[in-house]
Amino acid sequence: MTAAATTHDEYHDHGPAKGFMRWIVTTNHKDIGTLYLVFALVMFFVGGIMAMVIRMELFEPGMQFVDPQFFNSMTTMHALVMVFGAVMPAFAGLANWMIPMMIGAPDMALPRLNNMSFWVLVFAVLLLASTLFMEGGAPAAGWTLYPPLVLQGGNNLPFAVFSVHLLGVSSILASINIIVTILNMRAPGMTMMKMPLFCWTWLITAFLLIAVLPVFAAAVTMLLTDAHFGTSFFDAAGGGDPVLYQHLFWFFGHPEVYIIVLPAFGVVSTVIPTFSRKPLFGYSSMVYATASIAFLSMIVWAHHQFTVGMPLAGELYFMYATMLIAVPTGVKVLNWTATMWKGSLTFETPMLFAVAFVVLFTFGGFTGVMLSLAPADFQYHDSYFVVAHFHYTLVVGGTFPVFAAVYYWLPKWTGHMYNEKLGQLHFWLTLFSFNLTFLVQHFLGLAGMPRRIPDYAIQFADFNMISSIGAFILGASQLLFLYIVVQTIRGGEKATDEVWEDAAKHGLEWTLPSPPPYHTFATAPEIK
Amino acid sequence: MKKTKPLLTALAMLVLGMSAAQAEYALNLPTGVTQISREVYDLHMTVIWICVGIGVVVFGAMFYSIYHHRKSRGAVAAQFHESTKVEIVWTVIPFIILISMAIPATKAMIDMDDTSNADLSIKVTGYQWKWRYEYLDEGIDFMSNLDPLSNAARQKGSTIKPERVLHYLRNVDRPLVVPVNKKIRFLFTAADVIHSWWVPELGWKKDTIPGFITEAWTKIEKPGVYRGQCAELCGKDHGFMPIVVVAKTEEEYAQWVAEQKGEAAAKVEAAGKTWTQDDLIATGEKVYNSNCASCHQANGEGVPGTFPAIAGSPVVTGPIERHIEVVLKGGGSMMPPFADTLDAVDLAAVISFQRNAFGNNIGDAVQPSDIRSRLASSR
Ligand SMILES: [Cu+2]
Repeated sequence: MTAAATTHDEYHDHGPAKGFMRWIVTTNHKDIGTLYLVFALVMFFVGGIMAMVIRMELFEPGMQFVDPQFFNSMTTMHALVMVFGAVMPAFAGLANWMIPMMIGAPDMALPRLNNMSFWVLVFAVLLLASTLFMEGGAPAAGWTLYPPLVLQGGNNLPFAVFSVHLLGVSSILASINIIVTILNMRAPGMTMMKMPLFCWTWLITAFLLIAVLPVFAAAVTMLLTDAHFGTSFFDAAGGGDPVLYQHLFWFFGHPEVYIIVLPAFGVVSTVIPTFSRKPLFGYSSMVYATASIAFLSMIVWAHHQFTVGMPLAGELYFMYATMLIAVPTGVKVLNWTATMWKGSLTFETPMLFAVAFVVLFTFGGFTGVMLSLAPADFQYHDSYFVVAHFHYTLVVGGTFPVFAAVYYWLPKWTGHMYNEKLGQLHFWLTLFSFNLTFLVQHFLGLAGMPRRIPDYAIQFADFNMISSIGAFILGASQLLFLYIVVQTIRGGEKATDEVWEDAAKHGLEWTLPSPPPYHTFATAPEIK
Repeated sequence: MKKTKPLLTALAMLVLGMSAAQAEYALNLPTGVTQISREVYDLHMTVIWICVGIGVVVFGAMFYSIYHHRKSRGAVAAQFHESTKVEIVWTVIPFIILISMAIPATKAMIDMDDTSNADLSIKVTGYQWKWRYEYLDEGIDFMSNLDPLSNAARQKGSTIKPERVLHYLRNVDRPLVVPVNKKIRFLFTAADVIHSWWVPELGWKKDTIPGFITEAWTKIEKPGVYRGQCAELCGKDHGFMPIVVVAKTEEEYAQWVAEQKGEAAAKVEAAGKTWTQDDLIATGEKVYNSNCASCHQANGEGVPGTFPAIAGSPVVTGPIERHIEVVLKGGGSMMPPFADTLDAVDLAAVISFQRNAFGNNIGDAVQPSDIRSRLASSR
């Protein structure tokens, strides 16, 4: 490694390959970060269009636009595309861009692997998307792919399964890379407990990914053998159990929520101190809280299955364990609040998104505590209350911090300031329409509307219409985001190296020029 | 005059029903009509108020800070950080709050789990996309489908406005009838995929899992009609398998049971007699519309690539033996067996109908008695 780094120094002025091939063969962490982010943005719009189809059909009672089967494909694909195509790659992009610059490393530890994990991801998502054009349509059993329903999917099942395998390979490779980079490539003096919190949260997330993705891959492989090779893992007639799949899925699926949200915590813990002009209130307690959340997330999975008929002891155990997650999450929220307390606050767009994240995510946390109470979950489960809850945690956790991060670091990446007025407009539109879309869904669920239905009883009509209108505004507002990003890439006011007032106190990246040269920290910086 | 009176009553009821449907607008969980549903409701409200309290404190502090500690108001940043004392306080307090929630939740969970000492047992089976109710003590056994009017209105391009349908998508052809003030034990299972039986007024839902039995119980305290629907995604028509529970007083329930037994006897008789082809076809059309049309379509054309057409189908226009076998036992990955879900009359009728409709002109028919002996020999 050291030898390679020294050789590199001699060529430290060499730039990217010319032309289009640069983006195919690149091993540069900044290029790969950009690729991830662009891919995520494209998928964000693809998944968004699917959401628009869903909300269009639900605009009023009756079936107007699509068939129920296609509607089910849309809810399934919307979730898969958003989770695996948009949100996870977005955080992977941020990790690629920022982790080396934050720890004073010249690049990721395994650059070729880095290229591979991106392109495997692209193929995985294309494989999944190809089912949309197949006879019989895309998977329609929900993103959870529960048997026996998913086994009725016909041809799309093997494609979905293989796609999950590839997504898993991609994520595990990326995770290995992040772990190796953080553990080995820190600049001298950058001790673990001096690392920016974003690196910590990603380090923990990477371990979480490696722990749970193989279980998901195994579960879908068992689906494949049940469907095509005569096994009966999930078929009672052959001695199996459909609920076994649910246990395996949620052993992955629950940590997956934190795989998305932990890096988001990292971003918010980076942005809030900068715009409060204060250090993070409790750095070490934030690290411990992140680790506890990751650990707890692996032992609470069956709270997604309170209604499958578990024994009483199981119901109670999973209820208590789930409630415990509120403690470290509360520590985080209170830490962010204490960081802002007696600060000198300004509210540029990144800060607006970060503060909105704290408020709305806490709200999603409240409904999460409600859902953790097993007897109450017998009412909430599989209703729109759950849909509202997980959009408050996952949309708020998966997009607000990404927006905060993009506005925060875009001037660093491009060397140009974004248009602050438009950025704030994007924020307020997103905040307003997000709440318009999802707040009313709590009421729908409590009033008895189940999730994943293409048509509904008349008493649900008004709130559904409000929700759809909110969704259309939310969707359209993101075009403004696209415009702002493109405009900033193409030009604009020159950004200073520090970009934000006193930002250099909050991270090594702000000591670099804006935009940073193709290779940075070829010589490790010194950390006091 | 005599004839218009029932019509007027029906219209009045429709209007009343519509306004009742409007009044059903709800923002919150129903309190429900059982001890469990009230316990769940109370727990739900307790936690909401606790969350409101926490929210006021935390968001209050945050918004105070957002307002007063702004740079534009001349705020100068303090540089304090790290305080073990504060960290311990805000770890312990949430812990105590959680315990205060866990106590009532545990109690409700234990109550919900206790299915012992039931007065009657009803087995509920989920099918794609209908429910089957078997009263284990009474020998009553029937299917419950989405009502025909909702079913017509929910088709794409239907001219019937959903708003004009009473209890749109929340009505069935035959409701589950139960007595009040009796502890009813439900045994849930499914024939094909996982469904979930949910009536909010009873306070819970329970998954129905093929090959397994799950249990739940209820004791309804007020006569009335309680509506719900399948809550677990179960395929194409998941949104169209409602549940209606009619809770009757004990006397009315006893009367209903007696009626059912009379009807069952009449059915046995009907299956024994010889039917004319016209009667079979006429009955078969109704059976087709509520059981086959959701896949094979009302016009018998099917959905290319997914659901085969009945019109000109090689099975339907071929030997009747094979046709009967497919309907009874199912076929392919999607077609369910109908031997258990339709009775002999309906099976004979729908097969006879399919062979003589949509341009199929086979001209033959099968008698209910024939189907009945076939069913008996296959068991
Ligand atoms: Cu169902």
